[in-house]
Amino acid sequence: MKEINELNLPENIKYSKDHEWASIQGDVVTVGINDYAQDQLGEVVFVEMPQVGDSFDEGEEFGTVESVKAVSELYCPVSGEVVEVNDALEDAPELVNNDPYQGGWIMKIKTDNPSEMDNLMDKAAYLEMLKG
Amino acid sequence: MRYLPHTPQDIAQMLQKTGHAGLEDLFATIPEKFRINGKLELPDPLTEWELNAHMDQLSSTMCAFPRNKIFLGAGSYPHYIPSVIPSLISRSEFATAYTPYQPEISQGTLQGIYEFQTMITELLGTEVATASHYDCGTALTEALLIALRKKKKVNRVAVSCLVHPHHRQMINTYFAPAGFEMVEIPMAGDGTTDLAAVAAMDDIAAVAVQSPNFLGCIEDLAGVKTMADSKNALFITSFTEGLAWGLLKNPGSFGADIVAGEGQSFGIAQCFGGPGLGILTAQKKYVRDLPGRLVGRTRDTNGEEGFVLTLSTREQHIRREKASSNICSNNGLNALTAAMYLATVGKIGIREIAQINHDKASFLRDLLVDAGFEIAFERPFFNEFALKAPKGYGVKRQALKKKGILAGLSLECYYPALKNHYLFCATEVFSRQDMEDLAKEVKHG
Repeated sequence: MKEINELNLPENIKYSKDHEWASIQGDVVTVGINDYAQDQLGEVVFVEMPQVGDSFDEGEEFGTVESVKAVSELYCPVSGEVVEVNDALEDAPELVNNDPYQGGWIMKIKTDNPSEMDNLMDKAAYLEMLKG
Repeated sequence: MRYLPHTPQDIAQMLQKTGHAGLEDLFATIPEKFRINGKLELPDPLTEWELNAHMDQLSSTMCAFPRNKIFLGAGSYPHYIPSVIPSLISRSEFATAYTPYQPEISQGTLQGIYEFQTMITELLGTEVATASHYDCGTALTEALLIALRKKKKVNRVAVSCLVHPHHRQMINTYFAPAGFEMVEIPMAGDGTTDLAAVAAMDDIAAVAVQSPNFLGCIEDLAGVKTMADSKNALFITSFTEGLAWGLLKNPGSFGADIVAGEGQSFGIAQCFGGPGLGILTAQKKYVRDLPGRLVGRTRDTNGEEGFVLTLSTREQHIRREKASSNICSNNGLNALTAAMYLATVGKIGIREIAQINHDKASFLRDLLVDAGFEIAFERPFFNEFALKAPKGYGVKRQALKKKGILAGLSLECYYPALKNHYLFCATEVFSRQDMEDLAKEVKHG
């Protein structure tokens, strides 16, 4: 497993305490799990995604990630309605491991309240949390 | 695998490890009132011949097949059990309560379950089956719970009132503390589920119907599919008489999402109602939602074929409170019995036995109609059917009981509207003579 200083944590996106990442364009937020989460889980074999049209509150469970050793719940970093899910993960769940911030995104959610992004952490704050 | 109890040495070693002075010390947290002090109050031991005589005496006081003629189904069916089955299933290596978590020492058990799962999916036209559950009622409840997990924001399901009354009771038992609700779909005049009534039900996660239903009538599964789809609900179906699928078009071909059933008819003795065999099978897209164990076929590092418990991340030992179910005991021995039965009769044999069941039931129905009964419902049936009894039949039925004939189940107890209606069943175990005797007794007795 990676040391904290080996983690790939881009600067331009936000992080939740549950190790999701979120990136906003307009009012659409793309959500995935970050490098720390994928590294901890190990080889991902299945991602249970929500359906387009489902709506979630901030912090609500929206799916699960199953690896060879565990199943983890996914928590929605901002409230809103799902507008797109990453169908590529159905056949290639390993994208979550190999490319967590690009090909491994999980869902796109249209938020009514973009200011919820401010409740999330930037890279520095997230690293602080990991270091405890 | 054999079950080996702990030896005194094992116990001493474990106590040393846990740091307890003795068993009394280990069990100190159990309140005094729950303990048995002194000896268990058990009768003296019996010799083998005394025990056999005692058991014979007990059995002679009970109304049991085959000494008594029991023209009853309603969830438990008298069927012939080929003698190869008791001979094979009594082998000691099958008699274990051990869950085959360690594939390296459990290949036989695992392969047996895998074969069971495979035959069940072939019979029912589905894609995946679990390693089994307690009985149809628990399997059906788990099927409904899957639907409720899939439709997170809905907490109701629609269940036909013609699903076995005991199964509906079990659903309510599971649902009440969980805050879920079962809405019953009423009965139509023809003895089937009134699907039109579902149209007025909103926010339901599943539509569940039993076929053949509790009155013996075969349900319109295509209609259930259409109705479930229109409600964006899962289509769940159950059955209590598995042999029906030897003749009928299977539920998978009607597009059933999940099928729950009772496997007692597959070589398992009635045993006064249990243990049964809960069958739970579904389309592949629900494989991660299924409760309990699944056995899969795989290859080991040498490329050799082997069997393992698979997708166990759904299960309680990994996922704890988020597991798909915490009632995962499976009836492994009965699943193995069913696999042996299905393999013994084969694809052609099950069809033939099913045909005999239907033919005998049709013959019995004609005889009883001739003896004064009226057909209650003009619907296709398999081996059970409801009839309206002639005047005074209740008294006659009690008299027949004394002669060792159990002639039908009173439906009024379960459906007050069906006054004087009785449910009859005939299977391959009844001879023409048995049925003619019954009809004669009913007519003239």
